[in-house]
Amino acid sequence: MSILRWVDDRFPLTKVWNEHLAQYYAPKNFNSWYFFGSLALLMLVNQIVTGVWLAMAYKPDAELAFASVEYIMRDMEFGWLIRYMHSTGASFFFIVVYLHMFRGMMYGSFRQPRELLWIIGCIIYLAMMATAFMGYLLPWGQMSYWGAQVIVNLFAAVPFGIGEPLSEWIRGDYVISDATLNRFFALHFLLPFVLAALVFIHIVALHKVGSNNPDGIEIKKNKDENGIPKDGIPFHPYYSIKDTFGLGVFLLFFTAVVFFAPEMGGYFLEAPNFEPANPLKTPEHIAPVWYFTPYYAMLRAVPPMFGSQFPGVLVMFGSIALFFFLPWLDRSPVKSIRYKGIIFKTALGIFAVTFVVLGYLGVVASTHMVLGVVEASILAPIFTIIYFLFFLLMPIYSKLDKTKPVPERVT
Amino acid sequence: MRYAGLIFFGLILSSATFAAGGGKNPFVTPSNVDVSDNASIQRGAKYFTNYCMGCHSTKYVRYQLMKKVGLSEEQIKENLIFDGSKPGSVMTIAMPSADAGAWFGAAAPDLTLESRLRHGPDWVYSYLKGFYSDSSRPMGVNNTVFPNVGMPNVLWELEGVKKAAFRFDILQDGKIVESFDNEKEALSYKAKDKNFKINKVVDKLVQDKKGRMSDEEFDQVAKDLATYMAFISEPIAEDRKRLGVYVLLFLAVFTTLAYLTKKEWWKDIH
Repeated sequence: MSILRWVDDRFPLTKVWNEHLAQYYAPKNFNSWYFFGSLALLMLVNQIVTGVWLAMAYKPDAELAFASVEYIMRDMEFGWLIRYMHSTGASFFFIVVYLHMFRGMMYGSFRQPRELLWIIGCIIYLAMMATAFMGYLLPWGQMSYWGAQVIVNLFAAVPFGIGEPLSEWIRGDYVISDATLNRFFALHFLLPFVLAALVFIHIVALHKVGSNNPDGIEIKKNKDENGIPKDGIPFHPYYSIKDTFGLGVFLLFFTAVVFFAPEMGGYFLEAPNFEPANPLKTPEHIAPVWYFTPYYAMLRAVPPMFGSQFPGVLVMFGSIALFFFLPWLDRSPVKSIRYKGIIFKTALGIFAVTFVVLGYLGVVASTHMVLGVVEASILAPIFTIIYFLFFLLMPIYSKLDKTKPVPERVT
Repeated sequence: MRYAGLIFFGLILSSATFAAGGGKNPFVTPSNVDVSDNASIQRGAKYFTNYCMGCHSTKYVRYQLMKKVGLSEEQIKENLIFDGSKPGSVMTIAMPSADAGAWFGAAAPDLTLESRLRHGPDWVYSYLKGFYSDSSRPMGVNNTVFPNVGMPNVLWELEGVKKAAFRFDILQDGKIVESFDNEKEALSYKAKDKNFKINKVVDKLVQDKKGRMSDEEFDQVAKDLATYMAFISEPIAEDRKRLGVYVLLFLAVFTTLAYLTKKEWWKDIH
């Protein structure tokens, strides 16, 4: 114990342990939706650790990149495992983050006083997308190359003579090339640490305001004589053990994919990416990885106006930007979906379905006949409008909604 | 409701496994190969080095990879290496790609990952069996799963020569309304309505000249090559499945213990 005292005199070790784990009081009524926050952190750590090991053998050079990935897969000890953990990890990172965000939307975790917590989370989401996008170029396969080509070209659509120079500045060349690969690798290595810093800030903000819960009740309003929330329990050991169980269940899914279906039917590793990048040969169907496809569908849903793709680009970025405003769009007197009325429940249900449908529409070719009945290019604008209406009409319908009385204590 | 999150998570994953099929080529037929059949991989390696490696490299594969399926270094040297390479060398070829481009219209692609690029052994198997004579093509052959392919049928000695029996589909608004197996009948039917269009497609392949092998023997050759190519496209495929079983078993025990511990520690929380 004297070692601990020695450290404590010089660094607030026990204090930090207590404030953030052993005496950090979290609501006792978390359900399984609350696993996804710690799982997202786990996936970030997984990506950083496997990524550093991959970087030890990967060559960020247009001539060598593809071969170096195959070297990792074939000649490096357990290179295949590290690479599959990384490629599968990217997709699982997005799955858990999407569920984490949806949890926040269900229980009103973005509402006062957690607006800043939510906004930091949205910034994390943006940083994640940038990281994933740049990482996807690195294997230097056909889909890597042409996917990056399509996305960087979006910036070229910015009007007033800014677009072209901007996209050249991003690429460092007139097309995606060795220069692009090199800088994307540098940024793909850097951004995860920015992400880690943002996650730290996210948790600092969380511990300032305290966790929300499925009832949307502030547990700090009801404290006992010692100033401890009556409905709170210490994070450690209660939630550390519960999250350990959640981690086990999650890893069962994760490792099942890593070991038995690393390509995941062509969604996690796309077949065209087993062919090296060829600037002279455009694949017949270019689609971004699944976690970007809802936004890609919205981009394609908007027709070019005045000979410019810019409106589509605005819609795409706008659809992400809307998340930032959620704390001020929801005017309901209650936070949690448990006490909201039928209107909000329906709206959120439609939104979830819309997001999945848009994801599907972004995967298939725009001429694809959905269920053999209707063309994807007809459905995409409809679902894009529904997506936007969910946010833009929220101030109205959340106010009209008939809410139930919120109990004093958590249930 | 307590486990709704987990159930939802499982649903998302299972829905992702429904691979979007779409526009499948009817000539890509199931090969029913077992990618862990070492004997088949060994035979495939022999066919590959003898018939394919004249033009196609597999430059990410080392000859010694075949040790993994039971060949000794001696056997590898004697049966698979013809250019004096060492067993540790990668399987490159001598033909410069510029020459290949001039001779065949395109350089022969490296085939290391062809099986993964084509979603597995079925495509490779069907491709190898899909050649038919077509005098309009530079090499005198065409292919059912890879139309207008630039490659000759290098296995013709074994397989013999097949020719195509065509079918004439009458289309109206993109839908097939009638099919004929000769062009004359199709033309007279088409004359009935100006909205009709004729679409000439390969119906099936029929043996024209016999090769050295019987149908069954050649079928096995195509299977062996498909198995071999699936193996080299992901040599660790069997390793990961074997290791995966232990990982899942460990996690099942770990998760159970974590659950029981959680239940015990949470006894007093109501």
